[in-house]
Amino acid sequence: MDNMTLNLKVWRQKDASSSGKMVDYKLDAVSQHMSFLEMLDVLNEKLIKDGEDPVEFDNDCREGICGTCSLVINGVAHGPWNGTATCQLHMREYKHGDTIAIEPWRAAAFPIIKDLVVDRSAMDRIMQAGGYVSMNAGGAPDANGLPIAKHFAEDAMDAASCIGCGACIASCPNASASLFTAAKISQLALLPQGAPERQRRALAMVEQMDAEGFGDCSNHAECEATCPKEISISHIARMKREYFKAALISKV
Amino acid sequence: MALDSKVPDGPLAEKWDKHKFDLKLVNPANKRKYTVIVVGTGLAGGAAAASLGELGYNVLNFCIQDSSRRAHSIAAQGGINAAKNYPNDGDSIWRLFYDTVKGGDYRSREANVYRLAQVSNNIIDQCVAQGVPFARDYGGLLDNRSFGGAQVSRTFYARGQTGQQLLLGAYSSLMRQVEAGTVKMFTRHEMLDLVIQDGHARGIVTRDLVTGEVKSYAADAVAIATGGYGNVFYLSTNAKNSNGTAAWRCYKRGAFFANPCFTQIHPTCIPVSGDYQSKLTLMSESLRNDGRVWVTKKKGDKRSPTQIPENERDYYLEERYPSFGNLVPRDVASRNAKDVCDDGRGVGDTGLAVYLDFADAISRLGEHTIREKYGNLFDMYQRITDENPYKVPMRIYPAVHYTMGGLWVDYNLESTIPGLFVLGEANFSDHGANRLGASALMQGLADGYFVIPYTIGDYLATNGVSGASPDDAEFKAVEEEVNAGIDKLRSIKGKRTPTELHRELGLKVWEYIGMSRKEAGLKKALKEIPALKEEFWSDLKIPDDKDNLNKHLEFAGRLADYFELAELMAVDARDRKESCGGHFRDESQTEEGEAKRDDENFTHVSAWEYKGEGKKPQLNKEPLVFENVELTQRSYK
Repeated sequence: MDNMTLNLKVWRQKDASSSGKMVDYKLDAVSQHMSFLEMLDVLNEKLIKDGEDPVEFDNDCREGICGTCSLVINGVAHGPWNGTATCQLHMREYKHGDTIAIEPWRAAAFPIIKDLVVDRSAMDRIMQAGGYVSMNAGGAPDANGLPIAKHFAEDAMDAASCIGCGACIASCPNASASLFTAAKISQLALLPQGAPERQRRALAMVEQMDAEGFGDCSNHAECEATCPKEISISHIARMKREYFKAALISKV
Repeated sequence: MALDSKVPDGPLAEKWDKHKFDLKLVNPANKRKYTVIVVGTGLAGGAAAASLGELGYNVLNFCIQDSSRRAHSIAAQGGINAAKNYPNDGDSIWRLFYDTVKGGDYRSREANVYRLAQVSNNIIDQCVAQGVPFARDYGGLLDNRSFGGAQVSRTFYARGQTGQQLLLGAYSSLMRQVEAGTVKMFTRHEMLDLVIQDGHARGIVTRDLVTGEVKSYAADAVAIATGGYGNVFYLSTNAKNSNGTAAWRCYKRGAFFANPCFTQIHPTCIPVSGDYQSKLTLMSESLRNDGRVWVTKKKGDKRSPTQIPENERDYYLEERYPSFGNLVPRDVASRNAKDVCDDGRGVGDTGLAVYLDFADAISRLGEHTIREKYGNLFDMYQRITDENPYKVPMRIYPAVHYTMGGLWVDYNLESTIPGLFVLGEANFSDHGANRLGASALMQGLADGYFVIPYTIGDYLATNGVSGASPDDAEFKAVEEEVNAGIDKLRSIKGKRTPTELHRELGLKVWEYIGMSRKEAGLKKALKEIPALKEEFWSDLKIPDDKDNLNKHLEFAGRLADYFELAELMAVDARDRKESCGGHFRDESQTEEGEAKRDDENFTHVSAWEYKGEGKKPQLNKEPLVFENVELTQRSYK
């Protein structure tokens, strides 16, 4: 259908220090072929024309890979489609007259910048704590020097496909960053290149996660359910094993 | 001005080694005394910032995204080329060099391309060591696939997410340097101008996109790695925030802009569906390994694809180019798609699409294998179109994807402004008039990991510590100009939004400077684009707030630059009366409708020099000398 009218309820907040509220907008002429973000583009064009402030929302590649877009849609991070980031959600999901509530990621460690835009720099700091292999450009051996079993490489790739959007955190009742952190720890634990630092890495990243104010994992699995890349919580189990092993035997 | 490419003497294969020896070094203990600004955190910028940090320089690294992990390199799907020859199928550094020069239709610099092919192998080693999970076979060794314009399998990949994995590799190295304190990261900061002192690039002026603060940063050298300008077309495969502003403002400060009309139209993208469309989505070229491209033989045949019998299908690429088939280079594939659609044989509701059909591959290899290779791409296609490509053929159409043109650089990747280096897609250097698939990732990482650490060291060792400070008069003057520019946009208070105006500009650029260009159209472009620019400056409407996050204010600034850039593209396209690679001049084609070069008159780089507001830019030519390959009419038949 090319002519839907929707009732939108959108979180509006001027800046980090102001308080925010849900504001109602009625939007006409929404096409089912639009993406969800294109629907918001249409709303913003209308708001600008009417002399009102457009709704700020983060987005960039609109192909589901950069991890910039967010949005809690009717209470679900990235909306109703499984394995789909908000930018890939399309309006054929909705029908004429539907009401859609749109909110930002909510977590103490994700302060709101404006409207639907939040500060996710805490995730970068978790990566800084150890989400890497310590090697400098120029010193690498031949790429085929070290065979890696296909199933390890595939499992590592599953973990590495994390786009760092933060949906796992936004949907977790504890606002835990476990799935995000585990995805990196797990990727590098599965690969021989990550082995020399695996203990230090597990300890440092988990500690940083705590220091940023993210909660702990209590196996709700909401993260897995909303992850646009469908990353499995089995990686959290691996992270926990890595962490406990490291805590028991680490020399660093 | 005579352009000095600074290509070293000596045999092609020895130039880079010799040059590395000739370059001056900065003593390890002195490196921390130097500050380098790197703008952009994609493959080129991220790799450069990390590598310079590893060497011990002080690096200030800027990006417009909320995290350096989100640069648009992340969206590259298919793979990265290297001359490893692991499949034993006849590849070599020389062949990768040759394919790239030929693919670029002989409009790139031989020595740069050869160096690119040389360091390609180091890149794969580097990325594997970082923990990039490339695809592997059952023996545990790396797997390769084929890409357009090559007859060997040299493309390394990580499912359909190779750009993501390579970028996250660079990002992880970058995060390690941030932790080590060598790199200071500035996210949500947009470079709005370049500061020149004593004729050298000494810093930049940025706007903090959250607080609106306009501020200067000083350094001993500046490296721009801000990507291409494909969004000048409004609809492109680029991310919404990708833009040409940093490069354009360097142009206006004196850096020459080379071959602006060389833009790449990618053949396999999901077609446009409506006016509200905000961007186009690429379907990786790797799909052409297993997908067969076809349209109907009959014009206006509206039957569903599964009802069209084999003998009524035209597999036009396999037919016309038997030796390369569906894997012809991008420019050739795109032009052929346009031709069959112009002929009334396009498919789908709009008639502006061709089929990419996997039925044969699925029956030969099984759905499981196809899913393993391309699963995420098929899923993405289905989400956007609501059609299942395992059952019905994909519909695809060309879309703007990459810009080969960019700021002119010499062999050291230094622009015409001393101390201003340009990396990755933002420079013009390696792809000539057409980039081969899986070569953008290669170039970005080559520039960042393996070229700039050497060449910028030579610049710093030669020029010493600059002593520049943001408090210097030159910085204050540029800051004032930047503030005035922002206020000018805010003061228009007209009726039209940046999106409306941008869309209108995009249609004109696509029409006149798109897949084929002709004299009459380019003349129209040069009339209509400036007229639309006038309208922009008199009728723009944006939210007023400058001290807070205001994305429409950001867009308006970038759009202002696109109007000027589009004009330069038209000027360049009009000047280059030959066809070559992605630049197809209607007036210059072979009898078979292929691009016809004019080597006698156009074997050069067109480097445009800014002469001031309202003045004609000046053309400077860098002659291209081919000592190692013979210029021939490209043939993929």
